Amino acid sequence: MTKRSDCIIIGGGHNGLVCAAYLAKAGKKVTLVEAADQVGGVAATREFAPGYRASVAHLLYLLDEDIGKELALESHGLKMAKTSLKTIALAENGNHLSISSDAVDSANLSSEDKAAYREYRRFMSKFAGIFSGLHNKIPPRITRERSDMIALGKIALNVRMLGRDDMRELLRIGAINIYDVLKENFDDPLLRGALSLDAVLGTNSGPRSNNTVFTALHRMSGNNGGAAGDVSIPLGGMGAVTEALAAAARQAGTDIRTVSPVSRILIDGDNIKGVQLANGEQIAASVVVSNADPKTTMMRLLGARHLEAGFTRKFSNIRASGSTAKMHLALDGLPGFRGVSPEQLGERLVIAPNVEYVERAFNHSKYGEFSSHPVAEITIPSIHDNSLAPDGKHVLSAIVQYAPRNLGNGWSEGKQEFADTIMNTLAEYAPDIRDKVVASELLTPEDIETEFRMAGGHWHHGELSLDQFLMLRPVPKSAQYGTPVEGLYLCGAGCHPGGGVMGSAGRNAASVVLAK
Amino acid sequence: MRTVNISNSDHFKNAVYPSPFHSRQEQHNQLKEWSRWSDYLSVPAYWCESMEYFSGRNGCGVFDITPMVKHLVTGPDALAYLNRLMTRDVRKIKPGRVGYTVWCNDNGQVIDDGTIFHLREGVYRICSQEHQIDWFLTNAVGFDVNITEDTHDVAGLALQGPTSCAVLKEMGLQGVENLTPFGLTYFDFEGFELMVSRTGYTGDLGYELWIDPDHAELLWDRLFESGNTRGIRAMGSNALEMLRIEAGFILAGADFLPAMEAVRPTHTRSPFELGLGWLVSFEKGVFNGRKALLEEKENGSRYHLVKLDIDDNKPAKDSFVFTKKGKYAGTVTSAMWSPSAKASIALASLDAPHGKPGEEFEVEIYYQRELKWNRVMAPCRVVKDVFWNPPRRRQTPPADF
Repeated sequence: MTKRSDCIIIGGGHNGLVCAAYLAKAGKKVTLVEAADQVGGVAATREFAPGYRASVAHLLYLLDEDIGKELALESHGLKMAKTSLKTIALAENGNHLSISSDAVDSANLSSEDKAAYREYRRFMSKFAGIFSGLHNKIPPRITRERSDMIALGKIALNVRMLGRDDMRELLRIGAINIYDVLKENFDDPLLRGALSLDAVLGTNSGPRSNNTVFTALHRMSGNNGGAAGDVSIPLGGMGAVTEALAAAARQAGTDIRTVSPVSRILIDGDNIKGVQLANGEQIAASVVVSNADPKTTMMRLLGARHLEAGFTRKFSNIRASGSTAKMHLALDGLPGFRGVSPEQLGERLVIAPNVEYVERAFNHSKYGEFSSHPVAEITIPSIHDNSLAPDGKHVLSAIVQYAPRNLGNGWSEGKQEFADTIMNTLAEYAPDIRDKVVASELLTPEDIETEFRMAGGHWHHGELSLDQFLMLRPVPKSAQYGTPVEGLYLCGAGCHPGGGVMGSAGRNAASVVLAK
Repeated sequence: MRTVNISNSDHFKNAVYPSPFHSRQEQHNQLKEWSRWSDYLSVPAYWCESMEYFSGRNGCGVFDITPMVKHLVTGPDALAYLNRLMTRDVRKIKPGRVGYTVWCNDNGQVIDDGTIFHLREGVYRICSQEHQIDWFLTNAVGFDVNITEDTHDVAGLALQGPTSCAVLKEMGLQGVENLTPFGLTYFDFEGFELMVSRTGYTGDLGYELWIDPDHAELLWDRLFESGNTRGIRAMGSNALEMLRIEAGFILAGADFLPAMEAVRPTHTRSPFELGLGWLVSFEKGVFNGRKALLEEKENGSRYHLVKLDIDDNKPAKDSFVFTKKGKYAGTVTSAMWSPSAKASIALASLDAPHGKPGEEFEVEIYYQRELKWNRVMAPCRVVKDVFWNPPRRRQTPPADF
């Protein structure tokens, strides 16, 4: 043992940094070890081509407002390049819709659909509020203990407080699929398609998969100050968020060590001893908090043999198969998206022309194929932030689905073909795009798994669904950030409240560690 | 004779198979009754269960144990794997030794009991009552270990009773008398390998013989030739049931509900609740159920499995057990009139804190006399020692009969 800390944090993703910052602020001696050469994980801003930078997670939905204040992220340099992004639902013929948090702007949309959208936003925001209230809470257990009963009672009370009609509506739609709900509410295919994308982005489900209403609500449950589901682009990319978190953690006294991959977690009997790095160095601590995904932490870094078998079975069965790919394009000029004005080009552009299109795109992934007509969420952050590309040049960042983690023929064969498919799809909306591309990068779930060490390449460290939520996330009996091993904690997106750059898991985990 | 070809894609069309000893069992089976034990036909009684029982106490009885579920565990992590799976410290079972053990789920509830045969350095066989492949494979995650079920690749005969050693010597197994209880060794048997372990389910001197199914009938024939003058007899499962209750051995499905079959969580039992606390080693590190069992040790068990000595001559089968004041205390799980102990004996599961040796109860026995039902409340007491435990069970070398 070369060093001794109170707490070691494995992994410098946003949750690991948040956890480190809170622990250090509380006076703990904290060492954070990160495998990569910079902190941030998928929320880092990285150079993908000389002079061009982008972040894998490219939009900020959910960053917790309390964390922003408590860690004074603004004073650590966090600024927004653009807030309250509108969604431009792209249409091949150029008749796109411009969707904001309170209205849809389009000459072609019926007044019924416009009114229905306002009502949809009203009840969905209200329902999402139930989930927002849970973000910064330790999930209760299903026990007869007083504190658990009270916590569960509060959730029930919040649902009841929606009022009779809205409560009934939440209970009716809360666990069903978004396809049915959109079909009930809207006539316009393009509007349905764009809204369905919000429910399935980053998940391994299609609009007709069960509990996609829940995933839509989760996306809207951010409490970053704006309207429910408000979307921002940080200045400097998402890396600005994690850099600010790292600065806050460092200021509180955290020793952040990059290029320090952990090879295993060391235990002695029932107790945590520390970690061993890949270079053989050991760091001693009685508390280890892992920002790595639950499977990687428990099965690989700790090892199944240190756990009881029923527990390892639960961990092995966590559904964490990513189906989301990321495309980065270095452009020598702005592409022309048909019908999209220059002001609109900096908004959130989505390719989801109708809900059946999205479902068909998903069908492929069920059978180990990538979508022949993928869906996409596109941003050109360099419009708001000239630090990301050389002068006059631009960066296009697109989340593309569906790309199953386990492609039938393997990604080494399929990757180029999928990249071509994506370019073809983009070209249908932006015919000149190919001429603008000077460099590109496609990250498949396999690449994401390898580069960011996430089992299954799943952004959320585990599928976000009702059976993997709250006291079931990542698995029952380990959903309060602790594990069966005394002193070993989880703080990543694999825990409640899940993925999206939110930070709540890190904050909650820190409070559990400090309460010990 | 090999009777099961598991690699044949049609094997599932037949749920129950004749044992490799079937042709010989058929010759002995005067009653022509067959029962099912796991994947095989078994014989409840060949001609008279009492006489078969006495062969196990006064001569030697031959019982087909092929149907016992068998798994082979090999690989670099075999020992680490078994130590995480079993409650017992498997490091203490050296090569050439056998150990009785139980295994639990994470809640510390017994899934099954069985024996671990340390066949050769790092090569283990687990024998159990229930099929376990799913649980054993679940446990293999994270271990460099190979687990195969080899139930159908090994034929087994139990040879139990005071003359068993003499019969084996007669058969030519030189030195078998030096085998200590829970030891195992290998012999050349007419050019084939025969494994012999000094193990059994009768609480008496006895051996178990393990051979390739293709040579099963030859083994049976040689045994009976060698035991001709020493009271050898084919023994059915009814006789074995009597022998095991006298020896105080528990049976899955009778004395405890295997945890994997339980729907109601309070109906399962922990090792402590079965009187098997001596099989639980907290010193060896993580094993399934460890946390729950530590908690139970701290807070106390819900049940106690006890041996009852009953002042009556009618078997207290399926009886309720009451306190002297008439309050419910538990139920009998196995019971019999013991011909060797000359007593009505039973195993019973009592609600804690009942079950201390010497504690007195009454059992409610229903019995028939020529179709007329009668009921008796028979006094009984908890006893510490098993009902049948002769010195010859442990004596090495055994006396010659």
